[in-house]
Amino acid sequence: MASELETAAHPENLKRVVIEPVSRVEGHGKVTLLLDADNRVHQVRLHIVEFRGFEKFIQGRPYWEVPVLVQRLCGICPVSHHLAASKALDIVVGARQLTPTAEKMRRLMHLGQILQSHALHFFHLASPDLLFGFDAEVAQRNVVHVAAVDPEVARKGVLLRKYGQEIIRHTAGKRVHGTGSVPGGVNKNLSRAERAELLGEIDTIVEWSREAVGIVRGLFERHAALYESFGRFESNRLGLVRADGALDLYHGGLRATAADGAVIFDHADYQSYYELIHEEVKPWSYMKFPFLLAQGSEAGWYRVGPLARVAQCDFIPTVLAEAARREFLAFDGGAALSAPLGYHWARLIEMLHAAEGIKELLLDNDLSGGDLIVRGEPQLRGVGVIEAPRGTLIHHYRVNEDDQIVNANLIVSTTHNNQAMNTAVREVARRYLDGRTLTEGLLNHIEVAIRAFDPCLSCATHALGKMPLELELVDADGQVVDRLLRGG
Amino acid sequence: MADSVLVFGWGNPSRGDDALGPALIERIAAELPEHAEWDELTLLTDFQLQPEHALDLEGQDRVLFVDASVSCVSPYAFDRLRPLPGFGYTTHAMQPEALLAVFRQVSGSEPPPAWLLTVRGESFELGEPLSAAAARHLEAATVFVTSLLSGEWQRFD
Repeated sequence: MASELETAAHPENLKRVVIEPVSRVEGHGKVTLLLDADNRVHQVRLHIVEFRGFEKFIQGRPYWEVPVLVQRLCGICPVSHHLAASKALDIVVGARQLTPTAEKMRRLMHLGQILQSHALHFFHLASPDLLFGFDAEVAQRNVVHVAAVDPEVARKGVLLRKYGQEIIRHTAGKRVHGTGSVPGGVNKNLSRAERAELLGEIDTIVEWSREAVGIVRGLFERHAALYESFGRFESNRLGLVRADGALDLYHGGLRATAADGAVIFDHADYQSYYELIHEEVKPWSYMKFPFLLAQGSEAGWYRVGPLARVAQCDFIPTVLAEAARREFLAFDGGAALSAPLGYHWARLIEMLHAAEGIKELLLDNDLSGGDLIVRGEPQLRGVGVIEAPRGTLIHHYRVNEDDQIVNANLIVSTTHNNQAMNTAVREVARRYLDGRTLTEGLLNHIEVAIRAFDPCLSCATHALGKMPLELELVDADGQVVDRLLRGG
Repeated sequence: MADSVLVFGWGNPSRGDDALGPALIERIAAELPEHAEWDELTLLTDFQLQPEHALDLEGQDRVLFVDASVSCVSPYAFDRLRPLPGFGYTTHAMQPEALLAVFRQVSGSEPPPAWLLTVRGESFELGEPLSAAAARHLEAATVFVTSLLSGEWQRFD
């Protein structure tokens, strides 16, 4: 499947359609559409500037600083990096089994992160697309217009996210750059008073999450033909599952399945992830292209994240989310499972699971226990894997006998989804690009496809928070014949 | 300073000049002991601007956002903001005008008067300190914010 993107019988005849940011600092996304002589989309290249220099940044640092340092990588999902690094360094300090208090505190922190991240995505980015359609004016497709139609939707989104942030603050110690998780455990528990405070709102949070799932399900029911076909592609899937096959966003073994659900590997120990997953380098992209070694680089690419996780787990271990999963799987004979817009539905099923899971944990007295850290036989390398909001996140560290980091390798969710995003954008462009004219409609549709994955854009550098997109049409002679700019 | 004022700087302290927003907040915080009249001043920092920050604007009479910029004039620019719905292709960016629009929606009322101070940055690599140019811009911007908080702000109403 990938080879079709990489070859052309007469590459000299290809024209380039480029969507790119004005500068590297103020925006990191760039899409190149390569057209053949007949103006058909032949190839798509989605460029995202992967974070660089991280290995150098932490080299020589003591390992215990790493769970805090890695939060500097991303302003949206610092907790995911905080926990993945902690899990890797658990192995380094010989803590293969944490205390119940430590594990449950980390799980609570993680579910708070899932809740706030998924709420942000749905209410702020996805719902305008879904509620108003992809051809709507930009001024209409925004969260404020959503609010004008349903004043409660955006307000609930903000408050759901705020609640997730409060969970993070209580478990990580502070709202930004938390220090709660450390190699071998955690450095704080949750008092009964803190639990009571958070429990006071949780039933509302669960109910709002359930309502949100209903909103997306209703939209799919009303627009089934469009939603199922938009950018649709088949692919392998990858994610963690619990030992009994349940969805587990914090810990488990790696499961990979093919598009038809056939198991490629299951319950694999992620300490040896590099025996299962390799990364291919392509000359046109900073980002690598991971693939399942058993399938080879051509056929082994895969998708990660909510859609992959909900599709390939055996069940979700909370009641309401499991019921929602069953409806999702049954919808139109499973048609949402391969649709990029299915990410929105799956994301909200996970948000509901997170809300339910938070309630279960807050009722558990282990959260208030005093046994926080364990140690064992030290190791010189460790791998930590977590299911971050956008997908599987791998942290791999080597340390020396002076406890300094000597090597690090990170594979982030957006990198796992690299080929999948390229494929979705290609499918959309093939359908909506019309000749040599760039339209707002085309840009809208491409943005909708990218938004479904919500790629992490090396976001810790953002300067003024702008992510402008430039759409440029360049003919075979290198002449710019059309240009669009949005958000600059 | 009779008004309640929020000064909110954001950026990544580990990404070179992206640290300008939080760095300015640190400078102002260091001056607090010398300015008893700033008793209604709230200082806030974060990695990035997000919708829930709309809740931090509640009850404020004035808001000053502070961020690094590669496109503003040197050493800094100061502009009045109006609510403007924002919409991008990623959750990884938000503009302050969009936050004001979110405030309007969430609270059902108009946001407090707000301004944006952009401080020019030059280099944004991971692990780098502030560039020499950005450090100079920070000094100038800090003097400017101090003057705002000490009564000059009304000139810009």
